[in-house]
Amino acid sequence: MPAVQETVEQVRSIDVDQYKYGFFTDIESEKAPKGLTEDTVRFISAKKNEPEWLLEWRLDAFRRWQTMQEPEWARVSYPPIDYQDLYYYSAPKAKEGPKSIDDIDPEILATYEKLGIPLRERDALLGIESTGGTRVAVDAVFDSVSVATTFKEELARAGVIFMPISEAVREHPELVRKYLGSVVPVTDNYFATLNSAVFSDGSFVYVPKGVRCPMELSTYFRINERNTGQFERTLIIADEGAYVSYLEGCTAPMRDENQLHAAVVELVTLDDAEIKYSTVQNWYPGDKDGKGGIYNFVTKRGDCRGARSKISWTQVETGSAITWKYPSCILRGDESRGEFYSIAISNGRQQVDSGTKMIHLGKNTTSRIISKGIAAGYSDNTYRGLVTAHRKATGARNFTNCDSLLIGDKCGAHTVPYIESKNASAQFEHEATTSKISEDQMFYCRQRGLSDEEATALIVNGFVKDVLQQLPMEFAVEAQKLISVSLEGSVG
Amino acid sequence: MAMLDIDNLHAKIEGEDGKEILKGLSLKVNPGEVHAIMGPNGSGKSTLSYILAGKEDYEVTDGAVTLDGEDLLAMEIDERAAKGVFLAFQYPIEVPGVATMTFLRAALNAQRRTRGEEEVSTPDFLRLVREKAGALGISQDMLKRGVNVGFSGGEKKRMEILQMAILEPKLCILDETDSGLDIDALKIVSEGVNALRSPDRGMIVITHYQRLLNHIVPDFVHVMNKGRIVRSGGKDLALELEANGYAEYQQDAA
Ligand SMILES: Nc1ncnc2c1ncn2[C@@H]1O[C@H](COP(=O)(O)OP(=O)(O)OP(=O)(O)O)[C@@H](O)[C@H]1O
Ligand SMILES: [Mg+2]
Repeated sequence: MPAVQETVEQVRSIDVDQYKYGFFTDIESEKAPKGLTEDTVRFISAKKNEPEWLLEWRLDAFRRWQTMQEPEWARVSYPPIDYQDLYYYSAPKAKEGPKSIDDIDPEILATYEKLGIPLRERDALLGIESTGGTRVAVDAVFDSVSVATTFKEELARAGVIFMPISEAVREHPELVRKYLGSVVPVTDNYFATLNSAVFSDGSFVYVPKGVRCPMELSTYFRINERNTGQFERTLIIADEGAYVSYLEGCTAPMRDENQLHAAVVELVTLDDAEIKYSTVQNWYPGDKDGKGGIYNFVTKRGDCRGARSKISWTQVETGSAITWKYPSCILRGDESRGEFYSIAISNGRQQVDSGTKMIHLGKNTTSRIISKGIAAGYSDNTYRGLVTAHRKATGARNFTNCDSLLIGDKCGAHTVPYIESKNASAQFEHEATTSKISEDQMFYCRQRGLSDEEATALIVNGFVKDVLQQLPMEFAVEAQKLISVSLEGSVG
Repeated sequence: MAMLDIDNLHAKIEGEDGKEILKGLSLKVNPGEVHAIMGPNGSGKSTLSYILAGKEDYEVTDGAVTLDGEDLLAMEIDERAAKGVFLAFQYPIEVPGVATMTFLRAALNAQRRTRGEEEVSTPDFLRLVREKAGALGISQDMLKRGVNVGFSGGEKKRMEILQMAILEPKLCILDETDSGLDIDALKIVSEGVNALRSPDRGMIVITHYQRLLNHIVPDFVHVMNKGRIVRSGGKDLALELEANGYAEYQQDAA
């Protein structure tokens, strides 16, 4: 109830067309020369003091990428990207490299403060006392580098490794080497291959056997610099019987030109382990005429490698000019389970092509997909899903429910489900609906005193409730606000 | 000056060749009064209630409506609600995924904000709902369910009265609140409505049946036919209608 209340308040307090994270932090940065060549790859690797094997890995990816074609099958259209006109590395200039939070450039601290992300543990703790919420450890990635990771010591005491991946490469090379690229192979797809060549930073998490991570982990991505691609790489491993809940948030300044974001996220669960991965994606969506905004081309995949393990993706997608994203699960272990809960909202000229893949390989594997697409303005919103059962996936089961809600009549919603079963015992169920916010509903709500926008927010929140419930509490409130903000100006 | 003053109201369905439904309707409602409107199917009773509430499918072509002297027709739907216009729907609308409790609170606070009042505190709100829902025989469990989703016809009508009790409107318009109610529910709902009768509140009760008016005894009864009020009288007029039907008025109008 308070959350809805907040939504309603948020709607009232925000001007139409306002992306509130659109500010730019004026800070000196160090960049790689513009464009992408082998030298760029070497530059990035050298900047990060990487071992030889990783440089070779990157160069291999780069060579393969040069032979690949950008995919065109998604229901999105955009002018060709000039990959030579981008910066592939940008880092805030630091004197030495921050040793503690007090060494971080105050401009950056202020940036995260403005975004509502406390980087000082002291502040984080204060925040908790006042909200009564759970504690969240944060890894803050600013353009191409991680600028701070909180609660590292406390997590280390529990045996949990949570650090920038660039640091993990040096401190835990055996783990990184074993798992990097093991879920999303180097040549998986055009954008994943590009990422493998030039990835700059991201988070690394390892939760050892039998450990339940004592707090939520979170990475907050911020693209600041102009003409800079962000290519982060996240790798999370839950060893046998381990559990971790991980949250990802992202924003970017408002800019007239498009910016490229091509991330790769790999999750691995061993026997009886569980990873819950939640995203609230709020990249700059462009202005109302479709100028600017982030191109979000992301490869996210989880491998339920162990028996009875579980991976659950929850995403709230509100930002980006173009979203191309299919968080997926490979259900390899017997009785493993994959879940995908998604709210994808598009407004203005946004284009979303998102969904999931559930690949059933093991016996008695189960998966569940709940997708809520909301299209407003002139936007296009496509759900694309694939559910397959391998020959050996006896007893595989999937339940899919895709609902689309249209606001106005200039937008479009599409559902593209692919189902393939090579095992006769597999049971796949699929439900899909498309509806509009009815005038009767609006009239009813407004007759009770709600304004146009309050009524829309309430009806939309009702529509996405099943998915919002999957998010950790603090995020659910955040997401609910975002939903209202994203739909600003979509009514009337 | 009457609280609600409807003067020679003409309205048609929106659009080029929309049919005229209200054809010169006049009615005055003062605080404390209960007016029953009866009339054959299709005579325009629901249309009148929708136009008072501000539904956008109609176009007023002539006449005027004021609430406390203010031009009601110029106000937004939610503005009218905040000024105290409440419509208990003939067919209440479902809002899936929005708990009834959440809906009630959002509505109450929205109205209060529009009027420049403080929002209601959580404990006060819960107390208020518990009390009013209890009187109407509505369980806490039902309040957690989506607005009107899967409610029986009778449950929906009770819920409308609960909303009315919580929002405390100045002008209550009840459109066939008795349809779909069993005998016991009719009693409970009527008691709920009677509890809201007050010297500051006016009511328009639309019904087809005298039986409701045994419970909610009106001060005035009006017969509506073909978009007009064709006869007005006291509560006995309803008894007469029950006995004779509308044949007489339909001839008059022809
Ligand atoms: N949106 C609309 N579009 C077309 N016709 C309409 C619309 N609304 C009302 N009407 C017509 O206007 C007339 C009056 O309808 P209304 O619902 O007001 O009658 P009523 O007196 O409430 O009837 P009942 O007793 O059956 O509830 C009917 O002929 C109806 O079909
Ligand atoms: Mg009617």
